[in-house]
Amino acid sequence: MTAAAHLPVTPPGPQTARPLVMEARNLVKRYGHVTAIGGADFELRPGEIMAVIGDNGAGKSSLIKALSGALIPDEGEILLDGRPVHFRTPSDARREGIETVYQALAVAPAMTIAENLFLGRELYVGGPLGRLLKVIDRRRMLTEATQHMQGLQFAIKSMNQPVETLSGGQRQGVAVARAAAFARHVVIMDEPTAALGVREGNMVLDLIRKVRDKGLPVILISHNMPHVFEIADRIHVHRMGRRAALLNPKKISMADTVSVMTGALAAADLSADVLAH
Amino acid sequence: MTQPTTPPARRFQLPNLSTLGPLIALLLACLFFATQSDRFLTLGTFSLILQQASFIGVIAIAQTLIILTAGIDLSCGMIMALASMVIGKLAVEQGVPIPLAILAGFAVGAFAGWLNGLLITKWKLPPFIVTLGMYSIVFAAVKIYSKATSVPMPADGLTFLAQRFTVFGTPFTYGSLLMVALFVLTWLYLNFTAPGRHIYALGNNPEAVRLSGIPQNRLLLSVYTFAGVLYGVAALLLLERIGGASPEAGTTENLESITAVVIGGTSLFGGRGNVMGTLIGVLIVGVFRSGLTFMGLDSVYQNLITGILIILAVAADQFSRRKA
Repeated sequence: MTAAAHLPVTPPGPQTARPLVMEARNLVKRYGHVTAIGGADFELRPGEIMAVIGDNGAGKSSLIKALSGALIPDEGEILLDGRPVHFRTPSDARREGIETVYQALAVAPAMTIAENLFLGRELYVGGPLGRLLKVIDRRRMLTEATQHMQGLQFAIKSMNQPVETLSGGQRQGVAVARAAAFARHVVIMDEPTAALGVREGNMVLDLIRKVRDKGLPVILISHNMPHVFEIADRIHVHRMGRRAALLNPKKISMADTVSVMTGALAAADLSADVLAH
Repeated sequence: MTQPTTPPARRFQLPNLSTLGPLIALLLACLFFATQSDRFLTLGTFSLILQQASFIGVIAIAQTLIILTAGIDLSCGMIMALASMVIGKLAVEQGVPIPLAILAGFAVGAFAGWLNGLLITKWKLPPFIVTLGMYSIVFAAVKIYSKATSVPMPADGLTFLAQRFTVFGTPFTYGSLLMVALFVLTWLYLNFTAPGRHIYALGNNPEAVRLSGIPQNRLLLSVYTFAGVLYGVAALLLLERIGGASPEAGTTENLESITAVVIGGTSLFGGRGNVMGTLIGVLIVGVFRSGLTFMGLDSVYQNLITGILIILAVAADQFSRRKA
């Protein structure tokens, strides 16, 4: 297994005995002379929030694209529950229960919250009307949307109000809730708090935590170090197209983390207790 | 520190001017003309307005669907003219059975619409430019195909839409009924089916649609193709209305249908609006046309009022968007 060569982590502990939800081994993606992913590894355990950080151009979005099916790697493999998967489109990943929340607010503003939650996955009425004409079951969509939002303690009066009546944080909340509703395996969040103010950002962080507490592992891509340190269980530092280190946010300082990210500090120079296992 | 602190910020919502406005304008116009002429507010006038509006109404349905996707179709009237020429020529000059001639007309409309959709989805060209080009191409095709001469209507067979049925002693044409039925069916489709909702979503945020895994190109292509079929239906109503296929037809329907859509409260930016508003928009234009005729005024005043209504409708849409 070539991937082991890149792993800065120590031998498997009791924690790693739990099977990984998602694993990528030695992913490579080249565009001509440019190497976007240069032998990257990735892992995700059940019920954890794995932050992925890296400087601009480190290739973290290429890694995330590979994991979410938006990019097909040239080499390497991706395992889901230990089983190799080959995503050719984002729909393939979605079918495997991997949902992605994008930085740009991917909601339809004039449509209701319930409609946005079910966009592209509408519930149909029974019988030929639903099967042939795709007649939607508004009442069931409304009830299920309300239940789901209550489960996430997302305080909205009516699922029938247009998304444009919500604040930016609440809109992003709808996108997160939508991903959480349909993800069976993994939720990937690409800079979910980037466009938000402090309070709104905290609201979304809270929601992400609730998604994790419901048992869904979360991959969180973020530039916001305080946010990462606030909610991540482990930190994947991406540098020069591959994983530079897996860090434990409870042990390492923010300054050292940034040093690893920028290459000022090599993973090998870190003391063993700040590395995540 | 991360508790969600306040309940959602609720803004006071004014009733949406762009949905109620058109209906109020229609009622006010009817009231005004009723005070000017006691013969105006009758079912007979209403029947006449519906009949005159029927082919532009069917085109405006297609235009609404396209504008909801944040597109526009400038070639609609020309495609209708070509379809009517095909139906007329086949039925009258070639002796093709009328049902077959009608099917051929629908097919021509569908093909032209599909071509619009293909250029918009595959080549990613702006709908305005594609349909402007298509307008010119089909304009030439109509002239060449017809040799710039009109085809008279056959004595029977194509006139079934002009036949009448009676409601409360007033005759209505089947053509009017067909138009109203198409409006209702389109409204049901847009509001109660998944593809209908996706049309709204597409105009709202195409990125959201793409990321939801909805095949957006297929959806757009089907909207433009279906629009082409509707232009074929409009061609039938046109044949009935002007009593034959004319090489001069189809030049003004694009702006007329856009006018009806906009007065009806559908946003030109896509994603917001209502096809029933378009029906009201079509009726408003019709009411002004016949009302001014009742008053003995020149039709120039109709242009004047239509222009004012367009600007008011767009202003209402803009203001409601700025609030949101």
